[in-house]
Amino acid sequence: MAVETPPRAASVEDDVLDTEIAGLDALEIPRSEKSSLRSRLWGGTWPKLIAIGLVLSSWQAVVWSGWRPPYLLPGPVEVFETLFDAAATATFWQAILITMQRAAVGFALAIVIGTVIGFAVSRSKVLRSGVGSLITGLQSMPSIAWFPLAILLFRLSETAILFVVVIGAAPSIANGLITGIDHIPPLWMRAGKVLGARGFAAFRHIVLPGAMPGYVAGLKQGWAFAWRSLMAGELLVIIANRPSVGALLQFNRDQSDAAGLLAMMVVILAIGIAVDTVFGAADRAIRARRGLVDTAA
Amino acid sequence: MSDTTTIMAPREARPTAASPPETAITVTGVSKTYGDGRSAVLALDDVSVDIAAGEFMCLLGASGCGKSTLLNLIAGLYHVTDGTIDTAGRRSALMFQEPALFPWLTAAANVELALTLRGWSRRNARERALDLLARVRLDGFASKRPHELSGGMRQRVALARALAQDADILLMDEPFGALDAMTRDLLHDELERVWSDTGLTVVFVTHNVREAVRLGDRIAVLTSRPGRVARIYDVPLERPRRIESVEVTEITAAVTARLREEVARHGR
Repeated sequence: MAVETPPRAASVEDDVLDTEIAGLDALEIPRSEKSSLRSRLWGGTWPKLIAIGLVLSSWQAVVWSGWRPPYLLPGPVEVFETLFDAAATATFWQAILITMQRAAVGFALAIVIGTVIGFAVSRSKVLRSGVGSLITGLQSMPSIAWFPLAILLFRLSETAILFVVVIGAAPSIANGLITGIDHIPPLWMRAGKVLGARGFAAFRHIVLPGAMPGYVAGLKQGWAFAWRSLMAGELLVIIANRPSVGALLQFNRDQSDAAGLLAMMVVILAIGIAVDTVFGAADRAIRARRGLVDTAA
Repeated sequence: MSDTTTIMAPREARPTAASPPETAITVTGVSKTYGDGRSAVLALDDVSVDIAAGEFMCLLGASGCGKSTLLNLIAGLYHVTDGTIDTAGRRSALMFQEPALFPWLTAAANVELALTLRGWSRRNARERALDLLARVRLDGFASKRPHELSGGMRQRVALARALAQDADILLMDEPFGALDAMTRDLLHDELERVWSDTGLTVVFVTHNVREAVRLGDRIAVLTSRPGRVARIYDVPLERPRRIESVEVTEITAAVTARLREEVARHGR
């Protein structure tokens, strides 16, 4: 290392320089005014409340128009009453638990597989030209089209559902990671190299965090695909004594219970939105950290 | 490294250094060609220069003179086409024109990363990073992220990160090129102070003559397309210097005249 002499005794010039630099820093530091947590929460909530209100009132308007008899298309009040009644039963909660378990396992597996494939493809030219467009092709394939094959291969089983959830979500996650890595500025990679980041250290400290915005976008999309595949799967693959959200939906249709059916649809929508909100918050936090959110607006 | 054909002008040793200083970087007959065949571009042609340990050397030239190429070759990021570069095992740190900080890390964590990548423990790295930030007067901004800092402050964090690499040679590629004039002048003072405190060998690339005269012990003026060393100037001025001083202005005028001649050659 270079000889490090102890800092010289501060001279008058040093003091002047310190003051000048401190002055310039004070003038140049961008000011950010953070709004309070309460006003930010409220700011994010009221548009959603208005949107929900609009949807519910249009729904009620269609019911009142008499387009379909109420036993086929019940109004929101009746549907929510049915939902509250259902929420008092054990089967309802067991169904949600089983569905969420399937979603969690399938999505986790898709993350592992998608990440490994995405990373491998982003690193290798051969893989990219070979597998790259295949991934996009898989992504655009409707997951329900996989079910006949999945049922042939795995019969009506948990594995059949898992298979389709993973194959629905993994391509989006892989593509998100590939896009994220492709969009890392080359300067960051050079800076990492100069600092001595190689191999796994480079992946862990520069590539992965650098690719994070694209990766999170891929996870968000992957979740949407996983949730869709899971619902399709639960409608088709119904296993005895394993209640699920999709199975309850199918059951209500078989019973011509329109209110029960719509109640389950509300549940599916609510879960989808809730998980998406988590990804949205993660995405926003990442962008805010990096100064990609316009605070002046 | 003793038998090199140097084209350096005789220079006076820095008043603080003992006689005669060791050579830190020996560049001998270095050529660099980009591409091959008909599209090949000769960026550097037979460049030789010796840089002494603890010296502040400026590489000055117009666009296309290969000054950044030479820096990247010394850093080991590129490979020479011909010739040799010998740093006798000295390690080098490189600073870019952009701060190149990682936006997901705080100022302190950016500096820490340079240390942990070299095997420092978390706790020691933290302490050392704060020391280094204090050296560039940014100890009050350790927990800020790059986007919360001004351009000049980011470049100072980058300087602290380069110092964290604990290298003997600091390579700087137009580090203040994107800054406003007032910030740049203050950073010259800052850099001069850090350099005299640490005894680093600095190779500083710039196209700004006054900046080169303000900072350098010597200035190597490079020709353009291909890059060759046209002349090496000594800057025998006392430190600390002031960019607005008469002496700096005089030498700037002389070097500028030479550089303009060189640029005009390409217009004929």
